[in-house]
Amino acid sequence: MTALPMDFDLAIERFDPVFGIETHVELNTRTKLLCPCPTTFGAPPNTQTCPACLGLPGAMPVLNAAAVESAIRLGLALGSRIPSVSPFARKHYFYPDLAKDYQITQNVNPICIGGHLDVELDDGEVVRVEIDHAHMEEDAAKNTHIGGTAGRIHGADYTLVDYNRSGMPLIEIVTCPVEGTGARVAEVARAYVAALRELVLALDISDARMEQGSMRADVNLSLREKVAVDQDKVPYGKRSETKNVNSLRAIERAARSEVCRQAGLLAAGEPVVQETRHWHEDIDATTPGRSKEHAEDYRYFPEPDLVPIVPDPAWIEELRRGLPELPAARRRRLAREWGLSDREIRDAVNAGALELIDATVKAGATAAAARKWWMGELARVANERGVGLEELAITANDVAELAALVADGQLTDKLARQALAGTLAGEGSPAAVAAARGLAVVSDDSALLAAIDEALVAMPDVAEKVRGGKVQAIGAIVGAVMKATRGQADAAKVRELIASRLGV
Amino acid sequence: MSLTRLTAVEQADLLARKQVSSEELTQAHLDRIDEVDSHVHAFLAVSPDQALAEARSVDHDRATNQDLPPLAGVPIAVKDLLATKGIPTTAGSKILEGWIPVFDATVVRKVKQARMPILGKTNLDEFAMGSSTEFSAFGPTHNPWDLTRIPGGSGGGSAAAVAAFEAPLALGSDTGGSIRQPAAVTGTVGAKPTYGGVSRQGGVALASSLDQVGPAARTVLDAAYLHEAIAGWDPKDSTSLNEPPPAIVHAAKLGAQGDLTGMRIGVVTQLKGEGYEPGVLQRFEEALETLRGLGASIEEVDCPSFDYSFAAYCLIMASEASSNVARFEGIRHGLRVGEDEPGATAMTMMSATRAAGFGPEVKRRVILGTYALSAGYYDAYYGSAQKVRTLIQRDFAAAWEQTDALVTPATPFTAFPLGEKVENPLAMYLCDLATIPSNLAGIPGMSLPSGLVDGLPAGIQVLAPVRRDEVMYRVAAALEAALTAQWGSPLWANAPDILRQSGKEDAR
Repeated sequence: MTALPMDFDLAIERFDPVFGIETHVELNTRTKLLCPCPTTFGAPPNTQTCPACLGLPGAMPVLNAAAVESAIRLGLALGSRIPSVSPFARKHYFYPDLAKDYQITQNVNPICIGGHLDVELDDGEVVRVEIDHAHMEEDAAKNTHIGGTAGRIHGADYTLVDYNRSGMPLIEIVTCPVEGTGARVAEVARAYVAALRELVLALDISDARMEQGSMRADVNLSLREKVAVDQDKVPYGKRSETKNVNSLRAIERAARSEVCRQAGLLAAGEPVVQETRHWHEDIDATTPGRSKEHAEDYRYFPEPDLVPIVPDPAWIEELRRGLPELPAARRRRLAREWGLSDREIRDAVNAGALELIDATVKAGATAAAARKWWMGELARVANERGVGLEELAITANDVAELAALVADGQLTDKLARQALAGTLAGEGSPAAVAAARGLAVVSDDSALLAAIDEALVAMPDVAEKVRGGKVQAIGAIVGAVMKATRGQADAAKVRELIASRLGV
Repeated sequence: MSLTRLTAVEQADLLARKQVSSEELTQAHLDRIDEVDSHVHAFLAVSPDQALAEARSVDHDRATNQDLPPLAGVPIAVKDLLATKGIPTTAGSKILEGWIPVFDATVVRKVKQARMPILGKTNLDEFAMGSSTEFSAFGPTHNPWDLTRIPGGSGGGSAAAVAAFEAPLALGSDTGGSIRQPAAVTGTVGAKPTYGGVSRQGGVALASSLDQVGPAARTVLDAAYLHEAIAGWDPKDSTSLNEPPPAIVHAAKLGAQGDLTGMRIGVVTQLKGEGYEPGVLQRFEEALETLRGLGASIEEVDCPSFDYSFAAYCLIMASEASSNVARFEGIRHGLRVGEDEPGATAMTMMSATRAAGFGPEVKRRVILGTYALSAGYYDAYYGSAQKVRTLIQRDFAAAWEQTDALVTPATPFTAFPLGEKVENPLAMYLCDLATIPSNLAGIPGMSLPSGLVDGLPAGIQVLAPVRRDEVMYRVAAALEAALTAQWGSPLWANAPDILRQSGKEDAR
């Protein structure tokens, strides 16, 4: 009955996708947005609560200044306008996870108005995503539905509510509609969230762990008929809002999936329903949630228990001066300092290696060596294990130490890889592993010469060939010497010594 | 003379001179409650054990000559809207029955710091919505002057407790007149401080932008002492003023010397004509004469926007109330209804709990407020009401150009018979006609007795600019001293005996 999804390329040929993203970022302040409860992740349920975040009668909210500071810093980094008066509002709906049955949030004059984020795609193309606004709000409690199917409320036997999350500080960043991305729609969506995440981490205002829910993105997407001219004059189609897509990869796949699903419906003459949808990683598709055809009436009005934020302009300037170098500028600087191409820097960013390389350089390694280890051997191991680089049991200091051992000629690359394997296996730092395993370049010439003489005696015919001018035959002798020294000699040096011994 | 008929200041003086112990004093009030409260029903809960324990503790500290605050050992009653740790707090509603707060309201904490034994929790209209206590889920309070009449509301319990000598002082809360109107109709004194002058934290909210906690007492000086004890910045209430409170007690003492020379007092044209009982207006005019006699000049001021204050108040109050009572739905505290019905969900349980737990006046205001905040109506209702609020603030600002304080009748009429207006919400709302503008503007206001009309008390209201509560106390204390001198005794000293009244009733 429902139309089948259309092939993505066909869908893009016929339709023009438009998307917008709402991202909730949980701020890493020590306490909640409106009460002094701690924000530590993973505490036992309902142990980080107080009368205010439980919505007990008579309890009043008190705004966390650190959260306001984080929000303003994000706004400044996005080029937003910080209004001179930014009030809070109440948003009403009845739900067991909403302690007061209204959420304290912002609607008129939110803390950040406008702004933009320049998003670099994998091939280096830059797309500017306009920001509509960012506002502060408190999180709701966490419901856990027990019984029934797959944690859904329908059919559940009962629901447990954990108010530890009630009142957690959030900032919601809302983009303007992003048009004209065509076939790159899903990639741009992913790259935007990635860039926002990078920015949030650079500002150190959130852990931005998507898998833990401290950064959550909702993807709004619609299709409209593709036309030859004046595409921007065609009205948007009905949109779906795919909720809480919890990884960068999922953003891209969910957006693609929605393009295909909606295109299938439209091509078959079926309507796209305005609704929230849930992304399912396992089936690579979204399923319907709450209908939004009839917009819920939240009855917003100014929160009378809080006075509006009136940030001192001098404070805003102070925060602006204190902003860290933003990710794009930093990448450009690092590329210059490290002598890397745009492509190489981008690869490092995409591999999640930029911070690790930077830390390794700061620990004393050359940029080339740091990049070589992180993007080479370590990337290979991470890939093999299916984990991120940062999850490997090795620190930037370890890698710098390793690079120093190689640079000093104490280890060859081959030995260094063995030391690395030891470190990854938990045997200690590379130097410790090298010492314990007896890994060291044999650089004592007399020891090497003894091994060479032994090899020449054992292979008189080969030695004769070399003397006779067949220089490439020297490799066999080098191999024998390396074998004899268990690989701990520097092969180039061995080759040199053999050559001089044979007088060639 | 009975200890309970003394003013709070007189009681504090006896305690300080060790002529009476706090235990004796507290016990005297507990005995008085035992004696009359079955007729008055000012209290929803009495806490004799806690009160006497604190009284004994104060007595011990006094015996060992420790420094004590001025009201130490003087007992007090607390409106049941204010959270008291470990003591049930109902807000006059069935929906909160059984809820025991885990924290004290800031004002309750301050009363405890002032070392005042808490006698119990007083009756009120449900969630302070009402002007007669008839909307209390636990039955109405009776006016000590005439037990067949209303004691005012919502703080009728606190006012009646003070008027019936069950407590020398009480805490109230005032959203549109809930401290002042009960004071007026029970012949007592009640003050609504400047908005933000006293913490709201721990008061179950009716309309957050209008609510203010304040004192109920029998004299202006008693009210001043309690006001000073509870005033001041509270980091837990973001709307409280971060500045030292005005010197209220000093102002009341100064006023009692009876000289208002040079004081310019305004009379608001819009708050004395139509809708006000002739007797009430007559007492008011006489009070103006008395003020002139004290050296004040009286001039008429025009506040044209006040004509819209009642409409604006209804919209703002109901809108905020509908939001504030949203949290009463059975999930986390209080009543829970309908969870075992077949097919019950969280949503059906919440609906059933609210249907069963809220009384008619709460439902009326929730419906009105929900409507006023709805998309498409917000600008016409809530938005317009906020604009009127600004205009009212401007009218007050203009009035302060030519006057230092304003006076009005505190209420349009004296106490009416129980049941008379309970089916007529609009008539009930008119009780607060004169008190509402000060809540909308955030300015301080207080009511004190202006005399009797057909044997029932009438009140006069004194208003002062924002943060100038001391001006209000000075004028009120001067007027009170002069009127008491004219009457030969305080008004409340001549209230009819409650037991004799109830005897009459019983004889009928």
